[in-house]
Amino acid sequence: MSNSPQVASMCDVSFTVNGEPKTVSAYPMERLLDVLRQHLRFTGPKEGCGEGECGSCAVLINGFLVNSCLVPLLQAKDANILTIEGIASEHSHDLQQAFLNCGGAQCGICTPGMILAALHLLDKRPSPTMEEIREGLSGNLCRCTGYMQIFEAVAEAARQPTITK
Amino acid sequence: MRSDPRDYQLVAPGTLHTVLAIMAEEPGAWLPIAGGTDVMVLYAAGKLPARRLLSIWNLPELRGIEVLPGEIRIGAGCTYTELREHEVIAREFPLLARAASWTGGIANQNRGTIGGNIVNASPAADSLPALLVYEAELILVSIRGERRVPYAGFHTGYKTTKLAVDELVRAVSLRRQFSEYFHYARKVGARNAQAIAKVCVAAVGRLTKNCVDDLRIALGSVAPVPLRLLNTEIAVKGKRIDSSLLMVARKTAASEIRPINDIRSTARYRSQVTSNLVEEFLRQLDTGATV
Repeated sequence: MSNSPQVASMCDVSFTVNGEPKTVSAYPMERLLDVLRQHLRFTGPKEGCGEGECGSCAVLINGFLVNSCLVPLLQAKDANILTIEGIASEHSHDLQQAFLNCGGAQCGICTPGMILAALHLLDKRPSPTMEEIREGLSGNLCRCTGYMQIFEAVAEAARQPTITK
Repeated sequence: MRSDPRDYQLVAPGTLHTVLAIMAEEPGAWLPIAGGTDVMVLYAAGKLPARRLLSIWNLPELRGIEVLPGEIRIGAGCTYTELREHEVIAREFPLLARAASWTGGIANQNRGTIGGNIVNASPAADSLPALLVYEAELILVSIRGERRVPYAGFHTGYKTTKLAVDELVRAVSLRRQFSEYFHYARKVGARNAQAIAKVCVAAVGRLTKNCVDDLRIALGSVAPVPLRLLNTEIAVKGKRIDSSLLMVARKTAASEIRPINDIRSTARYRSQVTSNLVEEFLRQLDTGATV
């Protein structure tokens, strides 16, 4: 295996973020998280662990929940990316409102990832059991709330008839 | 220290043929990367020795689960989510579906692939004992063609495999012969989700006239490679499950594993848990499978 460092060349990669077409010129192994935060200034995705354990950098790619710290930029080519910035319209999304109502956010670092994980769950299971909520959010760590308020918020959002899941 | 993206090349040729041609041209020079749930972790930690990476994520030739009359062929690029959600896997190979549900959180299940899990060759990988129990075969591919090898023996030592430098795992084949068996799986870790196992076990068994007519037991995290407990199987096969057989099974299992002390657990704990889980499997086989 060749170990000599070689300078990679930059490439243009196009995708959409929250429905808007974007093209970035960057190195192919840049982490999608860094591209979103630093190149495009979508600072909703947070860096927690940087190794796929905590879920704070979660975004949806083509509808699938992923940890953006583990996605090299090149693999996001042509993808439709949804970050927390893209889920509210004029009003808060039902999930955001439910997090507020239930005390589901404290320091806020885990919240974007929690809400995207919840959105992904509700897309698959519109009326999840508490067990399914726990599992759907099991890859998202929170060090403030003790989780119960978060689970309750997701359950409350799932009860909303109008929710756009 | 974090890696600098300027030092790493990544290309995504888009077809299997081109990927294999690149791998054949410069054997060992390129590291394939699928969902990145292992490779990107090393990269983030500044511990990725490879500098040239070849994306195989979403290659159509590695995708899909093919259900044939006698076997099921799982593309190496299938994610844990796809394994969990597949009806035939859930019904006939539940240990694999269960292991997929244990592997990381949902976000990692959407990216991690079965082929990646095999080639990454961690002895603690959740899905690998299930592949041993189901006597999986691997379909390996290179520009030279395809070959089929039994999964048992694929791992030659800690994180080493029989894969040639120009080869990829293309698919995993499982023979559809276990639908009448009792299936048992259990993972013991610090936390149910997102934790790497201290010990994980997959087993199948079948009773005829109250005797164990057939069984297979495999474990993760108790040896340098995922391990099938062949001696324990021999000790149990053909016998009636009673307290003296359980004692023999516990002892034999503990004697054929090679556990270590590491950050997740101790050799002693792993040995004790292994015996407990083998006993639990046999007890459940005895009660559950005769119902």
